[in-house]
Amino acid sequence: MEIMVCARRVPDTSENEIELSAAGNDIERDELVYSVNEADNYAVEEALQIRGRIGGNVTVVTVDNEEGEEILRRQLAMGANQAVLLSDESFEGSDGKGIATILKAFVDKGHYDLILTGVQADDGAAQVGGMLAAMLDYPFASLVNSITVEDGKLKVSREIEGGNREINEIDLPCVLSIQTGINEPRYVGMRGIRQVASVTIPTLGASDLGVSQGSAGKSAAKVKRVDYFVPGLSKCAEILKGSREDNAQKILELVEAKGGLN
Amino acid sequence: MARIFAYILHRGGVTDDSAAELIAAAKAIDPTSSPTAILAGWGPDFDLACNSLTASFNDVWKVANQALAYPNAELVRQALVRILPPESIVLALHDHFGIDLAPGLSIKLSAQFVSDVLAIEGADGSSLKLIRQEFGGQVSAHVMCDISAGAVINIRPGAFKPQPRLVTSGKVIDKSAEVGALTARRRYLETVVAEAGDVDITKHSLLVSIGRGIQEKDNITLAEELAEVLGAAVSCSRPVVDAKWMEKSRQVGSSGKTVKPKVYLACGISGAFQHLAGIKGSPFLIAINKNPKAPIFQVADVGIVDDLLEFLPELTNKAREFRGVAAK
Repeated sequence: MEIMVCARRVPDTSENEIELSAAGNDIERDELVYSVNEADNYAVEEALQIRGRIGGNVTVVTVDNEEGEEILRRQLAMGANQAVLLSDESFEGSDGKGIATILKAFVDKGHYDLILTGVQADDGAAQVGGMLAAMLDYPFASLVNSITVEDGKLKVSREIEGGNREINEIDLPCVLSIQTGINEPRYVGMRGIRQVASVTIPTLGASDLGVSQGSAGKSAAKVKRVDYFVPGLSKCAEILKGSREDNAQKILELVEAKGGLN
Repeated sequence: MARIFAYILHRGGVTDDSAAELIAAAKAIDPTSSPTAILAGWGPDFDLACNSLTASFNDVWKVANQALAYPNAELVRQALVRILPPESIVLALHDHFGIDLAPGLSIKLSAQFVSDVLAIEGADGSSLKLIRQEFGGQVSAHVMCDISAGAVINIRPGAFKPQPRLVTSGKVIDKSAEVGALTARRRYLETVVAEAGDVDITKHSLLVSIGRGIQEKDNITLAEELAEVLGAAVSCSRPVVDAKWMEKSRQVGSSGKTVKPKVYLACGISGAFQHLAGIKGSPFLIAINKNPKAPIFQVADVGIVDDLLEFLPELTNKAREFRGVAAK
């Protein structure tokens, strides 16, 4: 099975506190630690596991500047067969539709039975997979937390409310957005990354992909983030400022007073 | 201003409470608007659901089709694309169905998509200003959307204060014939109900709930010891289940359990809205987190900024004294 996985480089929120910049309209980007988006990492692992069961190839792509190579190399170290960087100055400032347009242009140049994305990235939009599927006119399922291949079709489980799972059959080719927790992504150490250090990662730009001016990038974006801000708080916790011991005592008194020990 | 539609979820003849939130969102886009409800479904229950909405919407568009007996997003999208007028603004809930439906719908309508919207500041001509959150709620963002070609807007559950019922005498308009036959390449098979698990976290008055801040599986014993002394249960947020450190049955949130304790002790939990959605009944919420900017402090009653792995053992020691249990 030919599998394509769309991954994205994002600020790692487990390594960074996201703060506003001094100017107040953007986040502080100096010294941010980036890593592959968590859900995308699960998507790559799922692709590798499917390949392990039935054979095939796994191609990881990202739309980014040259910094995107870092996460692609990580995915190669995990075991992806190839990685491709989709990069062009004209892609900068793309909205979700612009990113999906670029990815569609890449899909059109090859043949993929299964396309995976992470369910959402740092902006929490959960949009690119569904848009890409609609542009390709492929079926789509979101929030996927298990995949089995049966008779040239897939049986996928979607995460719905209350921990319940919705089971669907879906025809190939299709696009699935992968929920975190679907598997246990393999560990990639420095050694693994060194082993793929010399692998060439091709870069495809707008002309290679046939993405016309005005269909992606800032000029095409109809949904634009204007600024970042921290809202004035309507409510905020009373922060206990005592010693650790005093704070512990105070909490126990509160737990009892509020009925937690009943 | 283009016509505004609200896609309404329903089950067993009862419409989802979010219908009133979608009306509020429509009013935030255009205070003079009278949004049109759209429902898709099949059977006698479905007619009940449609009829019940005539008290709060002037127009209720009904799409009845046997294939829509279960809300399959691919089929619902096909139906909507056939009946929605150009440049429509479509509101849907940002839940597991809205996430499935909306991004693709926006493409098929040649419209824009704005996801998981918390607030709408209003429209200036064809430019709509909205508020979203990024980075798990650590910062908010203003977003401008050009709605001249229409838009699909997903509304965060609970973000808009429900509008009181308009008490109109609306009418149901049957659009089923315009939709015609539907065919899906994704077919619903069944729903698998979550397993019960060894501990029922929905029955406890005190939950010691752990998140990513617990750092390692072995550290969970710190929470378990505290819970044992206080007669509480240990619950958790999504990252703990994703890492396979606890069973899914212990997860609090929109994709886990809904709990109603009297006191909720959030330990190393950042406070993503999907997690908070699982905490009902307004418990007294105590948050322990080393990041003073963690969103959990915006909803907690009392907070402690401290290292969880050092604070929990101290709290357990104090709890033993408090409960008169001799230290081991």
